[in-house]
Amino acid sequence: MKVAYWPGCVSRGFTPELHGSMALLAPLLDIELVELDRACCTGAGVIAEHNQELADTLNARTFALAQQVDGAELMMNICSTCQGAQSECQERLDANAEYRSHVNETLSAEGLTYVKDPARPLTNKNFLWLLVEEIGLEELRSKVRRPLTNLKVGPFYGCYIVRPRPRLGIDEEHPRDHYLEQVIEALGGTVIEYAGMRKCCGFPIITMNKEASLKQAGRHLGDAVDADADCLVTPCPLCHLNLDMQQPLAEGVVGRELNMPVLHLPQLVGLALGLEPKELGLSRHVVRPTPVIDWSTSVVGAAAPAGGW
Amino acid sequence: MAETHKPPEKFTLRLRRYDPEAGEAPYWDEHTIELEPHRSVLEAILQAKDRFDGSIGVRCSCRQAICGSCGIRVNGEPALACHTHLDAAKRSAKDGVIEIEPMGNMPVLKDLIVDMDAVHWKKIQRVTPWLIAKQPVPEREYIVSKESMVDVTQTMGCIQCGACVSDCLAMEVDPGFIGPAALAKAYRFVGDPRDDEHEVRLRDLAEDPQGIYDCTHCFKCVEACPKDVNPMGQIMRLRRIAGNDFDIVDQNNGERHEATMVGLIRDYGLLHEAEMVPRSYGGNSWFGKFHPAAGKELLSSLPIVIKGVLRRKVNIKIAIFGHKIAKQDLKGVQAIYDKVEGRKERYELNLYITGEDEPTQDAAAVPLAAAQSSTEGSAS
Repeated sequence: MKVAYWPGCVSRGFTPELHGSMALLAPLLDIELVELDRACCTGAGVIAEHNQELADTLNARTFALAQQVDGAELMMNICSTCQGAQSECQERLDANAEYRSHVNETLSAEGLTYVKDPARPLTNKNFLWLLVEEIGLEELRSKVRRPLTNLKVGPFYGCYIVRPRPRLGIDEEHPRDHYLEQVIEALGGTVIEYAGMRKCCGFPIITMNKEASLKQAGRHLGDAVDADADCLVTPCPLCHLNLDMQQPLAEGVVGRELNMPVLHLPQLVGLALGLEPKELGLSRHVVRPTPVIDWSTSVVGAAAPAGGW
Repeated sequence: MAETHKPPEKFTLRLRRYDPEAGEAPYWDEHTIELEPHRSVLEAILQAKDRFDGSIGVRCSCRQAICGSCGIRVNGEPALACHTHLDAAKRSAKDGVIEIEPMGNMPVLKDLIVDMDAVHWKKIQRVTPWLIAKQPVPEREYIVSKESMVDVTQTMGCIQCGACVSDCLAMEVDPGFIGPAALAKAYRFVGDPRDDEHEVRLRDLAEDPQGIYDCTHCFKCVEACPKDVNPMGQIMRLRRIAGNDFDIVDQNNGERHEATMVGLIRDYGLLHEAEMVPRSYGGNSWFGKFHPAAGKELLSSLPIVIKGVLRRKVNIKIAIFGHKIAKQDLKGVQAIYDKVEGRKERYELNLYITGEDEPTQDAAAVPLAAAQSSTEGSAS
């Protein structure tokens, strides 16, 4: 399937391994990524905090660009925060025709228009949602080359992709706040549930209240350690910054060793589909994902005889 | 439409019991009750108390989601016991047993009763929860716009149940955070044109390290609220008014963080992460990094920065120069900034006031003759 692909900023900045692994993974899942390289940052909720109309207009610009991608079935992102920020703007734009034309008037300077067409609505899905709803768990299962047998994975969603439920289309038919568990299982891994899996990583207040921010990250990571997880997986690069990059500092704040590797969702899926830890950029993380790499080498070693050497 | 009544069913409740005065650890208690599935969790608790164990501690009064007394956690999520149907609670239960706990972030007095005085009401008092009338007080009434009063009714809808306080994730790690309920209450007065102390209120809440900039933007309170008060949304509006209308530059980097992010996206189109920290501490310009506050912060982050560079996580070129969208597109983005920021007044769509309109695109496309004939048809 062809998608208008919004990679976000952080996946091309401080977590380049995320964008890289998504690009490697896409062909294995028959996803054609048409990158929205003309679009700007979603504002991550902060521009909306500053000026709602500004955030709505900038994101409407991105939606308009996505609607221009020929043959794209939908728009896809790889960042919980992008998903949340864009869904918030789209909610306002779709709710009020007068407001939409007001915003479109600003966009007209570039010859762009965001169209709300009930027959062909702009659907914007995080890669996680796309995996479960478009590709399907059965199809995903059939593509697994290296099942995550005995790998204990703790999900970490990121606030923006689980709340508020009505805005994000989460209901009993679409339990999007349980998709990570479903994906981990489909890949053959073991789901580790722990208290912090749908809580806040603390990133939004890292410059305002560093101690509280790191305490949040440290506490959730500690919960995952106590629940015996080998690693966490997250669809949010901002959570990744606080959980992985800041983990050494979080250890100091919560006063315990954590050493908990945090994987991006495309990395975990990539591993199961047979990609190598190195090409997925696992070595670029601040916390070395040693348990995951050890696991992957042992599985490859075990699988090798079947290849006939 | 009258729904057909379903016969009573058995529901099992798992209640968290705790009596701090008894000196024993909390424990779980299970009771199976029988009620129609549309009845409330509160009725189920009361039946268990009535039939099996009179010592279950629960607080309730109106039983119709208006008094705010029966805030609890159902299957780990904050809710009003009287406002949660048993069938829905069973569906969201992990193992078919409805798990009932007291609210979080507040000390338990007994079983499901928490000490609202110790936390919730103290925080409400913190924000001066009364109107400080604009002087001179008019002889008759104040004349204000209808929209501004409809706007504050959203926060006036708060029934003080404490559901948002219970699950506030900032308060979980920083108990001193003023919190969602009290800050929503603060907006009730900052948004009220009759109040005379908007700036004093905002400066107080912005400068407090546990004030408006301590909110982690996690949407927990938005989801917890049974009355659609949208506490986080109100906190964001407090920030917007403090930073934009009163130019309050707080000691917590709150306003600088916002200005930095907004400024960087204007300049680059994308987030320039390496500049976020120095500018949030040292001020929103390239020179921000040379401010002593920024220097101190950067120094403490140095080991991480070095590690990031060594692991090739952080590309030095991107760290120094940032990444940008194409020139032509950046111009388009900046034109949007100029136009929107150049308006005399911020244009803010408040769905609470406007509601969602009909899909007018289609309605407008209906030919006039067709619309007329349908009107005639309905009239005859």
